[in-house]
Amino acid sequence: MGDSENKSFLQKPLSRRDALKLAGAGGIGLLLGAGGVKGLAMGQNLMTKSTASASDKGIVPFYGKHQAGIVTPAQDFICMGAFDFTAGDIAAVRELFKSWTEAAARMAQGQGVGEETGNALLPPQDTGEAMGLAAVRTTITFGLGASFFDGRFGLAGKRPPGFVDMPRFKGDDLRSEWSGGDVVVQACADDPQVAFHAIRNLVRIARGKAVLRWMQEGFQRTGAADPKGATPRNLLGFKDGTNNPNVQDPQVADEVVWAKGTDGAEWMDGGTYMVMRRIRMRIEVWDRTTLGEQEATFGRSRDSGAPLGQKNEFDPLDFDKKDESGKPMIPANSHVALAHMDGKVKIWRRGYSYSNGIDMKTGQIDAGLLFICFNRDPRNQFIPMQQKLAAQDKLNEYIVHVGSGLYACLPGAKQGGYIGDTLF
Amino acid sequence: MTISYRHSLISVMLGTSLLLTACGGNAATGKPAAQENKAAEGGAKPAAAAVVTPELKAAVDQYRKFVIAQSDEFVKATDAFTKAVKAGDIETAKKLYGPSRMYYERIEPIAEALGDFDPWIDAREGDVPDNEWRGFHRLEKALWETKSAAGQEKVADQLLQDVKQLRVKVESVEIAPEMLVTGAVELLNEVSNGKVTGEEERYSHTDLYDFAANVEGAKEIFTVLKPVLEKKNAALAGEIDTRFTELDKELAPFRKDKDFVPYTELSKEQTKKLSQAIDALAEPLSKMGTIVEG
Repeated sequence: MGDSENKSFLQKPLSRRDALKLAGAGGIGLLLGAGGVKGLAMGQNLMTKSTASASDKGIVPFYGKHQAGIVTPAQDFICMGAFDFTAGDIAAVRELFKSWTEAAARMAQGQGVGEETGNALLPPQDTGEAMGLAAVRTTITFGLGASFFDGRFGLAGKRPPGFVDMPRFKGDDLRSEWSGGDVVVQACADDPQVAFHAIRNLVRIARGKAVLRWMQEGFQRTGAADPKGATPRNLLGFKDGTNNPNVQDPQVADEVVWAKGTDGAEWMDGGTYMVMRRIRMRIEVWDRTTLGEQEATFGRSRDSGAPLGQKNEFDPLDFDKKDESGKPMIPANSHVALAHMDGKVKIWRRGYSYSNGIDMKTGQIDAGLLFICFNRDPRNQFIPMQQKLAAQDKLNEYIVHVGSGLYACLPGAKQGGYIGDTLF
Repeated sequence: MTISYRHSLISVMLGTSLLLTACGGNAATGKPAAQENKAAEGGAKPAAAAVVTPELKAAVDQYRKFVIAQSDEFVKATDAFTKAVKAGDIETAKKLYGPSRMYYERIEPIAEALGDFDPWIDAREGDVPDNEWRGFHRLEKALWETKSAAGQEKVADQLLQDVKQLRVKVESVEIAPEMLVTGAVELLNEVSNGKVTGEEERYSHTDLYDFAANVEGAKEIFTVLKPVLEKKNAALAGEIDTRFTELDKELAPFRKDKDFVPYTELSKEQTKKLSQAIDALAEPLSKMGTIVEG
């Protein structure tokens, strides 16, 4: 090996696989000298940044203290389904959750839901449309609806105090076919076909025990279109989620997201409460609204996402700043002003846009936001925030809430256990 | 009547006349290339080498008896129905229409496999060129839409003749175990595709007769295979039993003795529940193929 070759070889960033090969061949430390360990770590970082999904095959671990898909950075696509149980006994529920857990853990690894027998007279175990596709950060997250705690399964007494009925908010136009459900499943992935495949297979496994109540697909911009991972925009064209808390910080996550056993239900320790709101946007109306009105509605500049009166997206909200006529730059009834809640109340938002084609009645676009957020206790977080927004938000002119659900997302499962094993 | 039957595994298997029973033939061979069932290609092992055990043979024999008995009844019922049509007795003809079709709907996969019988007997308007349209649904249109049996004598005669000929043909049909396994699901697919949507009986709205008959046909297949299935996978047999019971329960409110309420009386919610009950049954039923594994 010549000098120049040797040099270029050492300068090439190492992929994890290369590094492992080298380690096997003679020890990575040996090759890289004194800085070996550091060098390896840097190599990994590099790979995580540039091609994270290629280096680790995009696998988000399924088993753990918490369910995946909650504080996991949002994937590009979602497919979400709510189920109603048709089987009325807890044994059937348990059996279904065991099968679901097993299938979900496999799908998170990028595998089919079961081992195929090759018998041509049997339908394949897996429906096949994700064959050969990578795991692309698939996460599958399960939550229980309030109806799960009615008389059917003998669990009425286990309903946590924080798991209240969602109040009716001003202006709600909720449809039962877009609301509730005994169980909700959120499947997210960086590929729409992989996300759909996950829900479809769970639906299939559920046949005879549970039926779909509603199902909604959603999207964000993809990593390909936005490699820097800037704040995504909603379908009204505005950045959505700028002020989201940093739940990668475990302390923040503990405060905002994770329920504790001491909160009132031991079985919810490590779980969280998910809110789903299917928010239809009045796209046509918004599109004929002036830029000034649009920005006043959100309280942010459309282009940069900066709070009105500021320059950059992440500049602090300054509600005292006035324009020449003495009016606040950020209107008091703007979305950010109300959602800010004096900085005291935080939720972790993880929403997606949806488009369901056109509303055949009006010919208008049926699209909007599949709003999803997670709370440690919805009584102190989402509910008061939404009460305030529903009553005053300027944005209400342009949106209508047509679906709603509050779900107790169970704690994560340990390998060998199953989702729900702390409760049933 | 289904459009997809032309491509179904069953019809191909039966249509190519059935090397399967005795010689343990191969589902992936002997099929016309254009009609190959894609599921049987590629990585999956061919269905082949199905060992026809004495038990399986007994099941097939029992099923053949059922098919012949149904065909006998079908001839009688069609005779009475067509007589009423020819006599211009619309009320009687309307009453006999739904129930007489049930014999056919119970054995539909067999009938479909026997060449042109299905389009002759069960084509809906638009399934075949207008000048070739004959059979039950043409009379259905006359009775419910035109509200007159006038000029339908020839159609009635032809229908009875077709049904009699079907009766003759089923005598000699060879039935492979593989065909039973897929035929049961095929019957429920018929329900999913046309009956539960109210598309089958667009004038008479007697879809629930067809619905119930398809389910009974599937149940007969399950019943003859049950002893074999129980040995192989008792849990699966138990689950299928449960799902049949649940489906019967869903159907019960719409039954009036031997008759059924018109499809148009069902609410959207009721239709959805029936459809979901069919899916819940068809999923485990589709796993019966496990009994034909070596």
